[in-house]
Amino acid sequence: MKPKTPLTTMTKKKYTGATLLTALLERQGIRQMPGIPGGAILPFYDALHTSPIQHILARHEQGAGFIAQGMARVTGRAAACVATSGPGATNLITAIADARLDSIPLVAITGQVAQSLIGTDAFQEVDFYGLTVPITKHNYLVRDVRELLHIVPEAFTLAESGRPGPVVIDIPKDVQIAAIELSDDELPAPGGCRPTPPAKDAEIDALARMLAKAQRPVLYLGGGIIAANASALAHELAKRLDAPAVSTLNALGAIPADSPHNMGMLGMHGTRATHTLLDECDLIIAIGARFDDRATGKVAEFCPRAAIAHIDIDRAEFGKIKRPHLSIEADAAEVLQRLLAHPLLHAEPGTPRASGWLARATALRDAHPLRHPSRETAPLHPVNICRFLAETLPSDAIIATDVGQHQMWVAQAYPFRSPRTLLTSGGLGTMGFGLPNAIGAAFAAPGKRIACVSGDGSLLMNIQELATLADHELSVAVLVFNNAHLGLVRQQQELFYGRRYEASRFETTPDFAALARAFGIRGHSIAANSADPLGDIAAALAQPGPCLIDIPIIATENVLPMVPPGAANNQSIEHAGAM
Amino acid sequence: MNASTIAQTHIIDLRVRNHPGVMSHITGLFARRAFNLEAILCVPVSGNDESRMLLLVNDTPKLEQIERQLAKLHDVLAVRQRTDLPPDYFERLGKSI
Ligand SMILES: Cc1ncc(C[n+]2csc(CCOP(=O)(O)OP(=O)(O)O)c2C)c(N)n1
Repeated sequence: MKPKTPLTTMTKKKYTGATLLTALLERQGIRQMPGIPGGAILPFYDALHTSPIQHILARHEQGAGFIAQGMARVTGRAAACVATSGPGATNLITAIADARLDSIPLVAITGQVAQSLIGTDAFQEVDFYGLTVPITKHNYLVRDVRELLHIVPEAFTLAESGRPGPVVIDIPKDVQIAAIELSDDELPAPGGCRPTPPAKDAEIDALARMLAKAQRPVLYLGGGIIAANASALAHELAKRLDAPAVSTLNALGAIPADSPHNMGMLGMHGTRATHTLLDECDLIIAIGARFDDRATGKVAEFCPRAAIAHIDIDRAEFGKIKRPHLSIEADAAEVLQRLLAHPLLHAEPGTPRASGWLARATALRDAHPLRHPSRETAPLHPVNICRFLAETLPSDAIIATDVGQHQMWVAQAYPFRSPRTLLTSGGLGTMGFGLPNAIGAAFAAPGKRIACVSGDGSLLMNIQELATLADHELSVAVLVFNNAHLGLVRQQQELFYGRRYEASRFETTPDFAALARAFGIRGHSIAANSADPLGDIAAALAQPGPCLIDIPIIATENVLPMVPPGAANNQSIEHAGAM
Repeated sequence: MNASTIAQTHIIDLRVRNHPGVMSHITGLFARRAFNLEAILCVPVSGNDESRMLLLVNDTPKLEQIERQLAKLHDVLAVRQRTDLPPDYFERLGKSI
């Protein structure tokens, strides 16, 4: 009789570093991965050939990095991107730095020259580990194929846990080629978000007491509220307290725009209503917000009468800019859930004083709307276009923006209804962000309509990704707010540099619609003298598939209100006549 | 330098993972914040898996922020202040090198 192989002997499988990396990424749930190949990462690409992971060939690594970001911003889960050593890797840097400042989970995988060549100025060698130390949560240079077993899951754990952020894995070519034998049970469990220790009961009590006592509380929501998936809870707290809520750029959508508690965006391009409320409030509840100077204006004059309660997952944020009276280091969703269950917050819903406060907020908001000409007289005023888009696009559409005036008009005027529907570069303010992020969003949210609102300057910074868009025929509409200027620069020169316009006007502007067609995408130009320009936009949007719509706007239009950089928020310029 | 300009110093004790690149994470953090490291002492411990670092830094309001940022680094396992060491600890060490 033939002896049976004992069940306990696990058969060993042969891997190379490259096939092991592929297997580990598959186990992480990576289904799509944008990137661009090159010599130092070719073993990995070879392994991808037989993997179910769909590689998305971008046209620039910055595009690949931002496509991955778009996926991560929409799903909240870490996305991965890949580049070769040297120039491939350095091209990723802007997308990594951007992810860092907006706390977006991202795992960037880069090829590196073989270890025997490291430090010799070899072809396409650059110290990517050194370059990414200051812009990542953590980074790795893999020295041995075995290390991949703990590095890959750990990279995903780090990217998603606590305050999310980017992680780099730099892999020398010899490590990708190295052979290893492993049994299935030697493969690690996939990494992922680690739970944060809960807040202490005493902290929740103290916060509840603070809130119960406050007469004029304001919720100040930052991007962390989206990262923590705590938007609905924040809205619930605003209702329970009868309190208005202000949002940073990155928190727009956390509270639906049409909620009576929503006061819109605070800070540099916030309205007089939000500034006044913050001047008058006696308690600020900052949640996942980091007191960025774009939000606070001159810090010394931010919320002068308010006590500050600060809830954040990152302890280093407490007291960085403003010293809080109470700080709670924990997950925002967990804190809000427990807070809402606290007896003190059930006492008497809406004391007369408290409801008077919300009425005050509503009155302020009604008294200080955005000033802009009517749709009938100026259909192509950017505020009118944004509002029109909101009526025309499906209510669950995702809007990606670039950086500039158009971004701020979207932030001010587009009524975001739910979290993760605005993808925008808040912290780094990166031109070129919009198109690739929109592409990533389209991959992550199939079936949804994605619109990318861009400027004629920003779009040119990653226009090559129109080719990627054409490859995949994604449902992305690119709307160019075309003012033939670096508009936000022009605006600052007008307001703060004595109208000395230097390098803010384009000598030539491309025919964007023709460019789109050259890339294989539908291109539309809206005629400035059209009888119904908004109707023309709607007609272009009504057709399925990717398209670009070039929309002429008045070059001298300014985004107002605006707080001069460095000034206190209450010194904002309200309208053209006030300058 | 007269006595009044000599800043109060602190000694920070770090327990870190021992592998190449850890030092650049730590010194980079100080450099980015324009915060001078007056002295560094680093020795491997626990059979070379970990290192122990003593950092001599000036006492400023920024220090607390720096400590929190240090604690966030994945390779930093523990951060504490060493008030038990004499203020001239590094000075004496310097003389012995
Ligand atoms: C990569 C990058 N370079 C420079 C800037 C500085 N910057 C901020 S807004 C802006 C102008 C943007 O112009 P455009 O995309 O046409 O948008 P608009 O302001 O006209 O709406 C510039 C140059 C930036 N934010 N990002």
